[in-house]
Amino acid sequence: MAEKAQSAVVSPAGLVIGRTLDELGNLFLFFLESVALIFAGWGQLAKTVRQIYFIGVQSVSVIALIGLFTGMVMGMQLYYALSTFGADGFLGTGVALSMVRELAPVLSAIMLTGRAGSAMTAEIGVMRISEQIDALTIMDINPKRYLVAPKMAACLLSFPILTTFFNLIAMWGGWLTGVKLLGANEGVYWARVQDALDWGDIEGGLIKAVVFGVLVCTICCYEGYFTHIRSGHAGPEGVSQSTTSAVVKSCVVILAADYVLTSLLW
Amino acid sequence: MVMSKAPSIRLENLAVGYGGKAVVGGLNLEFPGGRLTMVVGGSGSGKSTLLKHILQLQPAIEGKIFFGGHDMCSLSRNQMHCIRQRMGVLFQDGALLGSLRLKDNIALPLREHTRLKEAEIMDIVADRLELVGLGHALELFPNELSGGMRKRAGLARALVMDPQVLFCDEPTSGLDPVMSAELDQLLLEMMRHFDMTMVVVTHDLASMRALADHVVVLGDGRCLFQGNLEELERTGDPYLRNFLDRTAEGRDAPRLTRPPLGQDRGVMKRNCDKILGES
Ligand SMILES: Nc1ncnc2c1ncn2[C@@H]1O[C@H](COP(=O)(O)OP(=O)(O)OP(=O)(O)O)[C@@H](O)[C@H]1O
Ligand SMILES: [Mg+2]
Repeated sequence: MAEKAQSAVVSPAGLVIGRTLDELGNLFLFFLESVALIFAGWGQLAKTVRQIYFIGVQSVSVIALIGLFTGMVMGMQLYYALSTFGADGFLGTGVALSMVRELAPVLSAIMLTGRAGSAMTAEIGVMRISEQIDALTIMDINPKRYLVAPKMAACLLSFPILTTFFNLIAMWGGWLTGVKLLGANEGVYWARVQDALDWGDIEGGLIKAVVFGVLVCTICCYEGYFTHIRSGHAGPEGVSQSTTSAVVKSCVVILAADYVLTSLLW
Repeated sequence: MVMSKAPSIRLENLAVGYGGKAVVGGLNLEFPGGRLTMVVGGSGSGKSTLLKHILQLQPAIEGKIFFGGHDMCSLSRNQMHCIRQRMGVLFQDGALLGSLRLKDNIALPLREHTRLKEAEIMDIVADRLELVGLGHALELFPNELSGGMRKRAGLARALVMDPQVLFCDEPTSGLDPVMSAELDQLLLEMMRHFDMTMVVVTHDLASMRALADHVVVLGDGRCLFQGNLEELERTGDPYLRNFLDRTAEGRDAPRLTRPPLGQDRGVMKRNCDKILGES
């Protein structure tokens, strides 16, 4: 009824913009509340450690694999490209900068969205449809504090650490193909890596990682938490829709935020 | 009768439902303090919905809910916390947290809201689980329990904080007759020993007759009856009589409108016969 009256006055485009803004506002409030609740008592610490184990520790092997292959590909591509004009000495520079500034934070975040973000949405969504979140509310346990805040804390810590780990492995992978396989000079490679990076690059990469962590966690938890309202139908199908939508939105937002951050940071 | 200190619950012109559409409306009810009120009604009549609204899990469409004199809709955050800690709720499917073992599920409210030592907590947990006959299942996860066990575990969790008001959504459905009778006994026992207000939703007529102090019947989108059990048993209302006598008089009985598939199942059937060597 109210919806109809609204659409008579506001154009469809206006309606979409209005809804999007409304959604963004809710998302932001959800984020603020979850971050504030990280510090709600010592009990949070144990839950956070458990989440760090799931989001961080259990992702190490995947991040290592992705990092290794990305580094190896970059080592090879850059070697071929640079050696055509005799600049293969700059291989280390190329690998280090592309990894630290762009590839490590973005690829880690996308990988973590797939591995941990989807799991967060599904877990919280299932708890919603099976009344577990209602049960927490009734027991006067804030579900956002109990479920979302520890995940937020774990993401804030895990994303930058895993990104750093990705960097190290990728540079080693670049060395593997560039130096060991294709014959670039080893000393020059490592010297260029060291030269190329200043603290600003590393800091920028870590800032990106933290921002991506916050975005992924907020979007994925939000989608799961409100699965009953947002996806047309509650139930298993609603949870699967929410999970898909959380992963897609997270990936798009990561890349969009990457563009914004890159233009702001460098 | 001694005046009860347990809070009563009063509904004023309450309408509840989803997305602005009422499932049950015009409710003016009182769940008296220190007594057991049974809410009965057909499947889909809105019993669980009413419960969810009383618990403030959903905003009411219109009307007011008073909990021991406090208007639930205009409570401050702190008042809401206090009221929540006085309530225990058994959900229709138990609603245990899937990621926690049974003992941790039951211990959760104690760990979150009290400063008891771990040993004391485990003591209380073991006691409550023993009470509902699950003393042996402490280490199991909820998905390793049967439906009836989950329900009993949900009751143990609802009781662990010694609530003043207990809400149960179909406590006996999914339990065998012996277990149901035991659970009824348990609820009666608790009524007698602790000064508690209970609101129990049920389809189970036997359990209604065993427990009810005060009965509310929902149906047809409204409250059909409110009063004590004797009044209900004497009623002449045809709908209520059907409900009480477990008959379907005056209602169009469901009829099979097409014959069974039989030979029409064609190829599928013949193949099955061949495979089973029956043709
Ligand atoms: N989440 C929901 N969204 C929209 N409608 C719902 C929702 N949950 C229940 N309903 C509708 O509300 C009505 C009442 O449902 P409710 O679960 O309260 O019934 P009930 O009396 O508890 O039935 P039962 O005895 O089978 O548990 C039903 O018609 C149902 O279709
Ligand atoms: Mg129900």
